[in-house]
Amino acid sequence: MRRARGAIPPAPPLLPRKPPMIRALTTRRTEMTPFLLLLPAVVTMLFVVALPLVFSLWTSLTPYKLTKPQTLYQFIGLTNYIRIFGDWDFWVAFLRTIGFLTVAMNVEFALGLGIALLINKITWGQRGLRTIMMFPMMFSPILVGFQFKFLFNDHIGVVNNALQSMGITDQAIPWLVDAKLAMFSITLAEVWMSTSVFAILLLAGLFAMPRDPLEAARVDGCNPWQVFRHITLPFLMPFAYIAMAIRSLDVARAYDLVAVMTDGGPAGRTELLWTLIARTGYDEAKMGQANAMAYVSTILSVLFTWYFYRKLVAARRYMGGAE
Amino acid sequence: MKVSVESRASKQAKKVGIWLATFVLMLVMCLPGLWVVLSAFRPNREILAKPPVWIPEELSLVNFGKIFGFGAEQVGIPVGSYFTNSLVIALTSTVIALIVGVAGGYAFARYRFRFKGGIFLGLMLFRAVPGIALSLPVFMMWSRLGLVDTKMGLIIVYVSLNVPFTIWLIDGFFRQIPQALSEAAQVDGCTPWQAFWKIEFPLAKSGIAAAGVFAFLTSWNEFALASQLTRSTDSKTLPVGLLDFTAQFTIDWAGMCAMAVIIIIPALILTFIVQKHLIAGLTFGGVKG
Repeated sequence: MRRARGAIPPAPPLLPRKPPMIRALTTRRTEMTPFLLLLPAVVTMLFVVALPLVFSLWTSLTPYKLTKPQTLYQFIGLTNYIRIFGDWDFWVAFLRTIGFLTVAMNVEFALGLGIALLINKITWGQRGLRTIMMFPMMFSPILVGFQFKFLFNDHIGVVNNALQSMGITDQAIPWLVDAKLAMFSITLAEVWMSTSVFAILLLAGLFAMPRDPLEAARVDGCNPWQVFRHITLPFLMPFAYIAMAIRSLDVARAYDLVAVMTDGGPAGRTELLWTLIARTGYDEAKMGQANAMAYVSTILSVLFTWYFYRKLVAARRYMGGAE
Repeated sequence: MKVSVESRASKQAKKVGIWLATFVLMLVMCLPGLWVVLSAFRPNREILAKPPVWIPEELSLVNFGKIFGFGAEQVGIPVGSYFTNSLVIALTSTVIALIVGVAGGYAFARYRFRFKGGIFLGLMLFRAVPGIALSLPVFMMWSRLGLVDTKMGLIIVYVSLNVPFTIWLIDGFFRQIPQALSEAAQVDGCTPWQAFWKIEFPLAKSGIAAAGVFAFLTSWNEFALASQLTRSTDSKTLPVGLLDFTAQFTIDWAGMCAMAVIIIIPALILTFIVQKHLIAGLTFGGVKG
C-alpha cells in the first residue's frame, strides 16, 4: 500500500479546495519534481552512452580508419556490415561468445544453487561463509585473469607443479596454449568469478522463504525432491532472475579475462566478439569495421539484459500476487 | 531402538558430509587468491624454481619495496602514480555517481510519473553496452575533446557506468523507508527538502554507503575502457598498470603478484564492511515491487 505523491485520485475534500490556478501550479510542480531529480542521470547517460552510440552508428557506415581522419566523412552504407557478416572469423567469434556465455551461465546457476542450498543447511558460521563468497565477485576481472594465468602457467603454474609432484603426469599440460584447454581455462576463470553472484542472491532467497508451505507439503507427504521442485525452486526463481539481470549487465567483463589470459590466442582459437572488436579497432585501426561489430555485440548484450529484466518483472508480479 | 541409533548415525554422517563439502568449496574459492598473495611475498627465484619449492623458504616485503621504488632494486613501473590515479578517479567518480544516483533513486522510489518503467529500463539497458564496444566511439570523441589520457575523461565515463546500478540499489533502499515518516515531518512544518535531508537520508545512509562501495569497486576494477582511454602516468590506473609487468616473453610474476595484492586489499576491506547492506540492497531493490 504505497501512496505516491503524484497519485491521480485527489484527496477527499476535507480541506477547502484551493483556487484552481494555485492547484494547477502545485500539481505541475509535483509532476515536474521526479523529472528534475532524474535530469542529471539522464543527461549523463545521454552524453556518455547515447551520443557515442549515435556516433559509432555513423562510423560503422564509413570506412573510417584512425590513420586517415578524412575517411570519417565518406559514407559507404552497409558495406561494413556486409563485410563482417561475410567474414568467417567474425561468425566463429560470435558463435564462440554465445557458446561461452551459455555454458558459463548455466554452470554458474547450477553451482550457485548448489552452494546456496549447502550453506543454507549450515547453522554455524553462515555469515562468515557468505562474506568469503562475496570476495570473488569483488575481484577485478583483470586480476582474476592474471590469477588464473599464473596458476595455469605451463612451466611455473601451481596446477602443473602439483600434478607433476603427485605423479599424475610428467608432461607440462599446456593449459593456456592448447586451444581447447585454453577455452576451458577461461570458462573456469569466468565461473570462479561469477558463481558467487548466483550463490549469494539465491541464498538471500532461501533466507526469505516462508516455512509454512514447506511444512505443509511435508505433512502432505511430498518427498524432498518434490518439495524442492515445486515449492523451493519457484520461490527462488525471482532471485535467480535478479542474479541473471545483474550478470547480464556485465557479461562483457569476460573481455578482461581473455585479454590477459590468452588475448584471443593461440591463433585466434579463444577469440571472443569483444577481443575481436578491440583487435580490429585499435590494433588494425579499422574503426568503421570495429564499430559495426561493436553494434552487433551491443545489440546482443541489450537483448540479453532486456530478456532477463522482463523475466524479473514477470516473476516479481507473480510473487506480488502470491503474497 | 536400533532404528533411531541408525538414523542418528546417518544424520551425523550427513552433517560431516555437509561440512566436508563446504570446506572443499571454501578451499576452491580462497586458494587461488591466497596463492597469489603468498607469491607476492616470495622472491621471483623461488616462484620460478624447478622442481617447485612448496614450502616458502623466505618471505619478505622486497617485492612491494621494489614496485614502489624503495630499496636498492627497483622495477621501472610507476606503481605509485598508478595508485594515486586509481584512487583519485575512483573516489571522484563515486561521489558524483552517488549524488546523481541518490536524486534518481529517490525519484523512482517516491514518485509516480509517466514512462517510469521505460526510463528505468532504458537506464539499465544503457549500462549493458559492453565496455569495449563503448570505448571505440568514446575514444574518438574524447580524442577530439582532448580528454584521452586525462583523469577527467575517465571520471566522466565511470560516473555514467555507475549511475544505473547506483539508482537500482538506492531505489531499493528508499522503498524500505515508510513514506509516512517524511509526510509526518512535512505536516509538522518541514519543507520537502528538510524532510528528505533530516529524516529519509539518515535512514538510508548505510544503504547509500553500500551503493558507494559498489560504485567505487566498479571504477577501481575497470579495465576495458581504461586500457584504451589512458596512455601515460597522467591517468593510467592500477588494472591497466598490471599489464606493464608482461613484456613480450617474460613476466615479472613476483612484481605482478605484489601489485595484485595492492589492488585486492581495498576491495576486500570494503566488501567486508558493507556485505550485509549490499545483499539487502540487491534483493529488496529487485524483488519488492
